[in-house]
Amino acid sequence: MSLLDPSNASRIHAPPEPVVVFKFLLFVAGDTPNSALAIANLTALCRAYLPGRYAIETVDVFREPQRALAEGIFMTPTLVRLVPSPMVRIVGTLIQTQTVLLALGLEAAAV
Amino acid sequence: MNTPSKTSTGILGFDGITGGGLPRGRTTLLVGGPGSGKTIFALQFLVQGAQVFSEPGIFVAFEESPQRLVANFESLAWNLKRLQPKELFFIDAQPMPDLIHSGSFDLGGMLAALGAQSEAMGARRIVFDALDILLALLPDAAARRREVYRLHQWLLGRELTCVITAKEGGDEASSPTQQPFGFMQFMVDCAVVLNHRVVRGVSQRNLRVQKYRGSGFDENESPFVIGSGGFDVAVARTSGRVDANMTNERVTSGVERLDTMLGGGYYRGATVLITGFAGTAKTTLSGAFAQAACRRGERTLFVGFDSDSTEVIRNLASVGIRLDSHMESGLLRMFSARTITGSAETLLVHIKALAKEHEARCLVIDPVSKLSKFGNELTAHGVAERLIDWTKADGITLMCTSLLDEMADQTNDSGSALHISTLADTWLHLNYLVQAGERNRGMSIIKSRGTAHSNQVRELILSDEGVTLADIYTAGGEVLMGTLRWEKEGAERVANEVAEVAEQLNLVRLDAEEAVLEVRAKSLQTELLAKQVEKTLLTRTKKSREGELARGRTTLRELRGAGAVVSGAKREMP
Repeated sequence: MSLLDPSNASRIHAPPEPVVVFKFLLFVAGDTPNSALAIANLTALCRAYLPGRYAIETVDVFREPQRALAEGIFMTPTLVRLVPSPMVRIVGTLIQTQTVLLALGLEAAAV
Repeated sequence: MNTPSKTSTGILGFDGITGGGLPRGRTTLLVGGPGSGKTIFALQFLVQGAQVFSEPGIFVAFEESPQRLVANFESLAWNLKRLQPKELFFIDAQPMPDLIHSGSFDLGGMLAALGAQSEAMGARRIVFDALDILLALLPDAAARRREVYRLHQWLLGRELTCVITAKEGGDEASSPTQQPFGFMQFMVDCAVVLNHRVVRGVSQRNLRVQKYRGSGFDENESPFVIGSGGFDVAVARTSGRVDANMTNERVTSGVERLDTMLGGGYYRGATVLITGFAGTAKTTLSGAFAQAACRRGERTLFVGFDSDSTEVIRNLASVGIRLDSHMESGLLRMFSARTITGSAETLLVHIKALAKEHEARCLVIDPVSKLSKFGNELTAHGVAERLIDWTKADGITLMCTSLLDEMADQTNDSGSALHISTLADTWLHLNYLVQAGERNRGMSIIKSRGTAHSNQVRELILSDEGVTLADIYTAGGEVLMGTLRWEKEGAERVANEVAEVAEQLNLVRLDAEEAVLEVRAKSLQTELLAKQVEKTLLTRTKKSREGELARGRTTLRELRGAGAVVSGAKREMP
């Protein structure tokens, strides 16, 4: 019983935490204020919580509309977390809130 | 007149109301409650563009997944699968349920994606279905306004003809002064409100054009139905078209003497109304009309509400009206509408579709009064009016029967069920006359526009050889029918015979008298002759006797001796 308990399991095996590189895809619409804000906020977040283990790809939907269509991106800015799975999507300028941190799994990473 | 150019929606009737369809290159707002037919309207608009006008279209679905939409509209003969993706492109824009919001956002992504797609396929039409869902995601009214404005700019730049649908309670929820989605009104050139009400348990769908910049339109609510062909809007009147097909051609009623009474038959394209109680041979008269039409080789549609078509055929065969051969040749189409439930509007659409499919020139609806029996007395009149308008415009000769309720109050306008009688061109009334323990059918022409017609009541006789009309007798101010008429006819025949015999007898008697008199005249003449002879004889006898007497006296005198002297003297003396 106790073996299946996650807290017990981590105590017993105590494996080294694997280094996960977070991969983000950020869809923005040109140079609008929203786009700039989103890029700035995401970068700040990553620097604070994922130093050295993040990758951000920015997609401008005006330049690559087919990609937005394929991904089903209709509102901008939209952030897609590709890795780690599951895929997470957040719409908006990514103001740092508890919800965003939780959704991206950053709080755990920071601890 | 320089009206904005319009683009056809492919929706029967709607193009008529708006004088051509939706404003080309502009935006139309389609508002209605759930299930009011917004999506089907919008989709039909795209399908029409893709199929008829080679105008590819994009459908942006906020509410339902494209897969479900395509499946839902499978039943309509639109062949959505074949159109995709070149002429009709679905974009699944449903918001994800677990989408997380953080900070402000806009529709830039969607518009960019749409722009790319529309350029790739050369789209001319676009639909945003259930835009309200998308707008609901936006945090406040200011953001909504901003995004609508963004959308508007985007549409203007591309000159796409756009339909935006949005949920709202139609006309009822909003006050008369408040326009639905008022903040969107600035960007739309046309607004259409769809209503779906249930009146006395019968579903009634109505469409109303609320505004149309730069164009006239029918401002009233128009009923519509969603049928197998999609959306069908009932047009109240297509003015200017109705009078187009007037002709002086007559078509036979199928009953020879009725044609005579009408001065040659019904007019082609006329509306004939036959009213009467149950069993007064309304169906028989319409059957006779249908048979006559088929014999002329005209395609005919017979819509019956009371019984199945096979029953109608069998029953009519018993009075010498044979429709089965015309059914086989395909000239006649019988349709039993008993199975159809729904509003009167639905029925009309069904009948219209059938008539179009059959290319009918003659149409029989038996009885048309059934229209008001589906729980919509209020709309049935309008439906009947449109029925007549439509048949007139298409030059279809319409015969409808109308069942009168024997129990109904006679004064209660029952004679003109659905008020058709005022619209009908020819109105025949069938009635029973109860007399001497008999019910007999009487027929009279109440009106027949533009034709001289008999004012007499005729007796309608059904036999296995067909329908005939007989003269009726009036005796002592009463109309004689049936056996009484037959008796009267018999009595007259006998009276004629008696008179003839009496005349002959008289002649014989006179001949005899004449003969007698002639004989008498002859015998009298003979008698006269005899008398004359007798008289001559008598005279002669008398003379000879006188002579004799004289001679006798002389002789005597001579004998006496004197006479001779005297005589001698006498002879000697002079």
